[in-house]
Amino acid sequence: MANSRLTTLIYKDLVLEWRQKHTFYGVLLYVGATVFLVYMMSGQPEAKIWNALFWITQLFIAVNSVAKSFLQEHPNRFRYYYTIVKPVHFLLAKMVYSTALMAAVSAIALALFNIMLGAPLVQLGLFIAVTAVGSISLAVIFTFLSAIAARAQNNAALIAILGFPLATPILMILSKLAVKAIVPVYQPGWWKLMLVLLALDILVIILGIILFPFLWQE
Amino acid sequence: MRKSWWKVACVVLVAYSIIGGLLMQVPRQHILNETIRNLYFHVPMWFTMILLFTGAFIYAIKYLRTGRLEYDINSVILTKVGIFFSLLGMVTGMEWARFTWGAAWSNDPKQLGTAICMLIYFAYLILRGGLSDEEKRAKISAVYNIFAFALMIPLIWVLPRMVDSLHPGNGGNPGFNAYDLDARMRAVFYPAVLGWFLLGLWISTLIIRIELIRFRKENDFILNSNK
Repeated sequence: MANSRLTTLIYKDLVLEWRQKHTFYGVLLYVGATVFLVYMMSGQPEAKIWNALFWITQLFIAVNSVAKSFLQEHPNRFRYYYTIVKPVHFLLAKMVYSTALMAAVSAIALALFNIMLGAPLVQLGLFIAVTAVGSISLAVIFTFLSAIAARAQNNAALIAILGFPLATPILMILSKLAVKAIVPVYQPGWWKLMLVLLALDILVIILGIILFPFLWQE
Repeated sequence: MRKSWWKVACVVLVAYSIIGGLLMQVPRQHILNETIRNLYFHVPMWFTMILLFTGAFIYAIKYLRTGRLEYDINSVILTKVGIFFSLLGMVTGMEWARFTWGAAWSNDPKQLGTAICMLIYFAYLILRGGLSDEEKRAKISAVYNIFAFALMIPLIWVLPRMVDSLHPGNGGNPGFNAYDLDARMRAVFYPAVLGWFLLGLWISTLIIRIELIRFRKENDFILNSNK
């Protein structure tokens, strides 16, 4: 029962995205324009700078694409959802959906980076794996912050203010993890760092589950 | 003079830590020399900040459980005083770093962690500033406070330990453990921590009492109508 509710909610978000295709295209254009801008500013930089630019781009993508997960829908509609679903299901559905969106957009960003800014990746598979974990991390954090911002008078600027300080350490971990895929160096403690990041993601999800019901009450 | 013994203790301890911290013997450490005395002034700021933020976190939880706005006032004042102490800690640390490391800012992981922590709490203040409805402001900021605190603490403790640092106590630099063994420094350091913490608590309770009086005055009509 709980499962079907969750899938229905995720399906609802997908349908909503499909019907409002222009917002999705907007995100795609945003990614393309950002990568192009980065290319115009830096050309084809060396591997370490490439890595840094990629993760900064990821941050901006998260702020602009995941942020709309709660802001996109009219506040009045939340009152309707409130009457028919549990807050936990609602939040989890949004998180799953944002993760999928973030992963898709990240894949496009990665492809564009490889085409335009040069391809310094030695282990492509590993970098894709790190990007996937990064998508989850950024998506869950920004989904929750989007819920806060949606309650705080739908102020989209708040997401950047609230999110950048929290995302900075996560981006630091991610770029450190990704270095392994770029420069073939021996990195002791790589798995430990990865586990720390995954533990943080789980912590964010648990905190979200505990705190979201309070945000939902009017 | 009701319950004022701890205020007396606070004045005595802080006075002792300032006088003792500047005059008493300290171990001669390479490079650090006399700047080692900064331990008495810099480190207690951080301990006080962490304890005040923890207090704010606990009051945020209490607010969400009960919905009493008094708890929200407690939480926000503790956070504000905590931010004040974080500024003091940053300034004392940077002043120390200028003499010992040669630059006030040297990209040290501990400095970065602190800067992130300060940004998080500045964002908290901005979040509150943007909301005018009292109940809503209290609820949303309590949620953010809990979320941020619970994420920040592991990051502050874990991240600096993964990157090498110039900070005392890391990467073979003379540090906390080396001082810890010295009984002369311990005799000043522990009272200093306790004294500064009590001072932080004292400042907070004063502001909280003023704010509570203001809150009760403004909500007089509700309280009276309930009688």
